[in-house]
Amino acid sequence: MSLWEYANPKKFLTTSERVMPYVWAVSLTCLLVGVVWGFFFTPDDYKQGSTVKIIYLHVPAALMAINAWLMMLVASLIWLIRRHHVSALAARAAAPVGGVLTLIALVTGAIWGQPMWGTWWEWDPRLTSFLILFLFYLGYIALWEAIEDPDTAADLTSMLCLVGSVFALLSRYAVNFWNQGLHQGASVMRVGAITGSDTSEKVSNVFFYPLLTCIVGFVLLFVALVLYRTGTEIRARRIKALLARERIAS
Amino acid sequence: MNALLARDLKLALRAGGGFGLGLAFFLIVTVLVPLGVGPQSALLGTIAPGILWLGALLACLLSLDRLLALDWEDGTLDLLATAPLPLEAAVSIKALAHWITTGLPLVLAAPVLGILLNLPAPGYFWMVVSLALGTPALSVIGTFGAALTVGLKRGGLLLSLLVLPLYVPTLIFGAEVARRGAAGMDIATPALMLAGITAATIALLPFASAAVLRVNLR
Amino acid sequence: MGYVAPMTLSASDLAISRGGVRVLENLNLTLAPGQALILRGPNGIGKTTLLRTLSGLQPPLAGTIAGADDRIAYAGHSDGIKPTLTVTENLNFWARVFGTSSIQVALDSFRLADLADRPAGALSAGQKRRLGLSRLLLTGRAIWILDEPTVSLDTSAIAMFADAVRAHLGQGGSAMIATHIDLGLDAEVMELGPFKAVPPPLDDFDGAFA
Repeated sequence: MSLWEYANPKKFLTTSERVMPYVWAVSLTCLLVGVVWGFFFTPDDYKQGSTVKIIYLHVPAALMAINAWLMMLVASLIWLIRRHHVSALAARAAAPVGGVLTLIALVTGAIWGQPMWGTWWEWDPRLTSFLILFLFYLGYIALWEAIEDPDTAADLTSMLCLVGSVFALLSRYAVNFWNQGLHQGASVMRVGAITGSDTSEKVSNVFFYPLLTCIVGFVLLFVALVLYRTGTEIRARRIKALLARERIAS
Repeated sequence: MNALLARDLKLALRAGGGFGLGLAFFLIVTVLVPLGVGPQSALLGTIAPGILWLGALLACLLSLDRLLALDWEDGTLDLLATAPLPLEAAVSIKALAHWITTGLPLVLAAPVLGILLNLPAPGYFWMVVSLALGTPALSVIGTFGAALTVGLKRGGLLLSLLVLPLYVPTLIFGAEVARRGAAGMDIATPALMLAGITAATIALLPFASAAVLRVNLR
Repeated sequence: MGYVAPMTLSASDLAISRGGVRVLENLNLTLAPGQALILRGPNGIGKTTLLRTLSGLQPPLAGTIAGADDRIAYAGHSDGIKPTLTVTENLNFWARVFGTSSIQVALDSFRLADLADRPAGALSAGQKRRLGLSRLLLTGRAIWILDEPTVSLDTSAIAMFADAVRAHLGQGGSAMIATHIDLGLDAEVMELGPFKAVPPPLDDFDGAFA
């Protein structure tokens, strides 16, 4: 029993269809519990008031926006090395989900930022990186849509994902450097402390547990959506192959 | 290899080769910006490095869709792929030819356009240095994008969408060198980063471009 | 003048695909030095795809190809000619790429000497084709793989081409040509019809989508 068995589309479909209802159920439960718990049963922050509560959507979305790209990178590598069609289709399926999560992170960030910093948008390194990440998602999706032959599309998008990952990482450091170069000082530090990866340390446990629940919910929501969309992609691909087959036979 | 370089340069210089279009575009952008921003020379001087870098970047982008598409349409790429020259070398040469016909003229024209934008005096040297260091990377990255979209009939817009995010690090460090140079600040870190990016892309990206081109040729 | 170490091109159990669809399978062929092979078959059977696969431009779905490395000169539907360069400049470029010093043989065999200084864009379709085919003589490659080489050639140009192929075969070269025209060559004819791919049974269809 090897993991690669699931690279067979049929096996993947039957298995994912068996698993998916549970993933959906746990994900939606976690999200519901996390959001209700976070919104209504945690105290307002002494400094930020109730605006802080958008953290329950913002942080998980931002987290998954990056992890979705990582998942696409791994799936692309698997396609390039082992040429499992399901892997390429999973990468394709994940891209719009990742893109939307990036957009959610950006929009919730703006909503949170407005009362906090008095502006909807700040060219803070982190925000800028996410905007650039969003552009990478757009390019990746557009390339998939533009190419007709599915295997060619899979090869080219995988290469783009690979090269893009390197440049996305580079952009992250470049943007960090760029903003410090522009205006050093307190505002950047403050923004970093609030939205940063050190959130869990800064946020007290009262906020942390519902946040964790929401993160679990978002992770599983991503898994469910990708499984569902990969299934759709597999079926679309199969229809295409069947049509081609009919054309040959006639 | 020299044959390919000589041919590409010759093609660019002949009628319809498009040599000088990028340069003209660069000039127009530089003229239009003050018209849009207003004639305050202090403001223009502050944003001059950024405008010149952005103009150079867009001028490079402009000629990318011809870089491989013409050779693709007339079958030259098929023949090159079966020739003794490795495809990796061929795409490197094409990128070099693109830089010589597009990037290099931009580097040389930048100081003149700097005058129009009231670039501060210490900025000229670093403007040229930053463009000279950065534009080769723009050509090499652009070649990768051109290789990705070569088989598509309407690849031009998609090419921009794919290439522009890849240009971000080069733009940031390049413009930073020019800006710091103009302000008389220390430029060592961004200049080294810029040179590093250029060196790494020249060394590694042709392999990706050739791989992608092979996929498109089959 | 002969070719250095001429070798037999052989393919065994070859299966090829176009646009992700298997078109030909169970194909076995050999092409010995001095031999010409004419490929025949209806449109869409996969002649071009087969020639491109043998030339190494695309990987086969299954099977092996031997004897092809760096020995093939491929001429497809497009000639790879730059309209703004002259005939001489076009030929010189390919001669330099393939490491050949003189383009005289190409100019002579396809009677291009009179056109030598004209820009290729000013040539007629047939003249362009002659220019494209004359490039083969500059490659120094022993195996010619030609896809519909006689398109837009007139009778005398076809004879010119047939002579060039005959001379090539006489030097120990070989040629595989997809064409419907009788070139008057002493060539074996291969019908591709029997090798048309049979769609796989629906049961194991899910595995690879094709």
